[in-house]
Amino acid sequence: MKKVSFIVVLLLLVALLGTACAAKPPAAPAAPAEQPAAPAEKAAEPFKVALVTPSAINDLAFSQSMYDTLVKMQSQMGSDKFQFAVSDSMFVVDDAAAAIRDYASQGYNLILAHGSQYGSALKEIAPDFPKVSFAWGTAGDNFGIPNVFAYEAFSQEGGYVFGVLAAALTKSDVIGVVGPVEVGDAKLYVDGFLSGVKASNPAITVNVNYTGSFGDVALASEAAQTHIGAGADVMTGSAQMVVGAVGVAKEKGVLWFGTQADQSSLAPKIVVASQVYDWENVVTTMIELNQAGTMGGQNFALSLKNGGLVLAYNPGYELPADVKALGDAAAKGIIDGTITIGVGGE
Amino acid sequence: MDDLLTGSVLIGLLASAIRLATPYLYAAIGETFGQRSGVLNLGVDGIMLMGAFSAFYVVFKTGDLVGGLLLAALVGLLMGLMMAFISVTLNAQQGISGIGVYLFGLGMSDLLFQKLINNVQTVSGFPVAPIPILSKIPVLGPILFTQNVLVYGAYLLVPIAWFILNKTTLGLKIRAVGENPEAADTLGVSVSKVRYFTVSLGGLLSGIAGASLSIALLNVFQYNLTNGLGFIAIALVYFGGWRPTWVLLGSLIFSFVNALQIWVQVVGLPIPSDVAVMTPYILTIVVLVLSAQRVRPPSALSKAYERLE
Repeated sequence: MKKVSFIVVLLLLVALLGTACAAKPPAAPAAPAEQPAAPAEKAAEPFKVALVTPSAINDLAFSQSMYDTLVKMQSQMGSDKFQFAVSDSMFVVDDAAAAIRDYASQGYNLILAHGSQYGSALKEIAPDFPKVSFAWGTAGDNFGIPNVFAYEAFSQEGGYVFGVLAAALTKSDVIGVVGPVEVGDAKLYVDGFLSGVKASNPAITVNVNYTGSFGDVALASEAAQTHIGAGADVMTGSAQMVVGAVGVAKEKGVLWFGTQADQSSLAPKIVVASQVYDWENVVTTMIELNQAGTMGGQNFALSLKNGGLVLAYNPGYELPADVKALGDAAAKGIIDGTITIGVGGE
Repeated sequence: MDDLLTGSVLIGLLASAIRLATPYLYAAIGETFGQRSGVLNLGVDGIMLMGAFSAFYVVFKTGDLVGGLLLAALVGLLMGLMMAFISVTLNAQQGISGIGVYLFGLGMSDLLFQKLINNVQTVSGFPVAPIPILSKIPVLGPILFTQNVLVYGAYLLVPIAWFILNKTTLGLKIRAVGENPEAADTLGVSVSKVRYFTVSLGGLLSGIAGASLSIALLNVFQYNLTNGLGFIAIALVYFGGWRPTWVLLGSLIFSFVNALQIWVQVVGLPIPSDVAVMTPYILTIVVLVLSAQRVRPPSALSKAYERLE
């Protein structure tokens, strides 16, 4: 019996590992375990990008924004020029570090460590692969290592514009914010949003809570209920857990502003607008620099000015023209520097 | 400060707590059965995720709520059977195999989600069903009797579980197998049959716990929807001293403090968000420490039982 049980357990372990590995989406044209089909002529070797993210690529938020960008670039550039692979849901930093190292040793040209928790791992790995470009997001520090880029999003800019819009749209003068963890671009977005509301109408009450996690959908849902109970008729929030909050907003007819990805598909009638992260310029610039010989050492940011932050208005929601004008004016003010948000960089 | 904690706020907090506690209750009561018979199943969270996805998929495709719930129960049952096979027949290390079941559930539910749906969206799940006369009672009405259908199920489960464990022969067998499987075996109780039953039942209830999230309370599915909820449910079994009534109390206290910390942040009390978020977990630790002296786990918990033939 012991021998049988040993074999069965071994088989189960293999099956488990197979399933866990299979969680990576095969949609990526080049899986890390196999070499991508190299073109016959040496002349055009595709530029290979690897993406390592802490949450799922279908999270309608942070990870999806970068994944969507890479998919878009792939279709524009063609798979003979550009290929990418993804390892998502790497919230355990050691797993991510192993993935990053794997990709680097398999000849990927640019590795996107798309999570602010990956910094220390990159610091260790990057010097071992001087011919590979690494990029750390979201962060503003490239450690001075010559083959590390850093990129971030000035999400406070879209936050500010949405704050202005929210202030104009609220009828109860109470707004609710469901935040994840009080760090990084979530905090920037929330602080920018608060700044926008205060600049438009200081009398409005903005209630903010942080759920302490990026993925606790149930807690986000209860938070939304509590905000609505406290009188909020407009809400916003950040991270993949907001699905819970949007569901409640949809049920109670409360307006929603989204960030990181276009969330209007979740609740077509109440999502007013979403701040979408379009990383294309950042990734394209990094690729160009890499091909020209600069492996790293530069920082990038998404902003309204460089088109990296896109304010996607939901066509399904009828935004009054005068309110939209206020939003546009705020965006313009941020771009030409006449408005100071007082939060984060630039 | 007086007008902060008004009556309506308290009612809102209690209603919130009742809702939040629901998935914990299903999963923890299920785990109580398993642990009382001596099997530690750490895979609860993975089973919840598989149950959540199964239910969500059925409702997403067909809108059939009961069908979704049944599939979640079936999937949970099958995963419970798998855990029972590993722990009881193969006598593997229960802690490790439980983690294996968790990883399987986490990865498989995401794989299926990516293959079959791959788009975060909501469905129309079980509705809130106010109970005819009772929901009109002031204070108690909105808290206890105006809740989702699956919420009622979780609370009804508690007296049923208590009755089974304490007042039936089956319950006696379960408890005996968990305390002293050798003695139970000599008296003719089939240790493996009892453990198969309890662990599969635990899996079934965990599947329903997952469904309570994906097709009742949240009406959505995404990667790692439960976010570790299953592990807290296991902790609540310890918290409740392996007794259904105390598991209920533990779930309610934990959920109430969670609802309270949200509210504390929303009304802007000057408590840092990180501290507020910690409070339900700190409370759990404190209670576990205080109760460690008085409460004894089932003696055979997580010990493999081999019949000496």
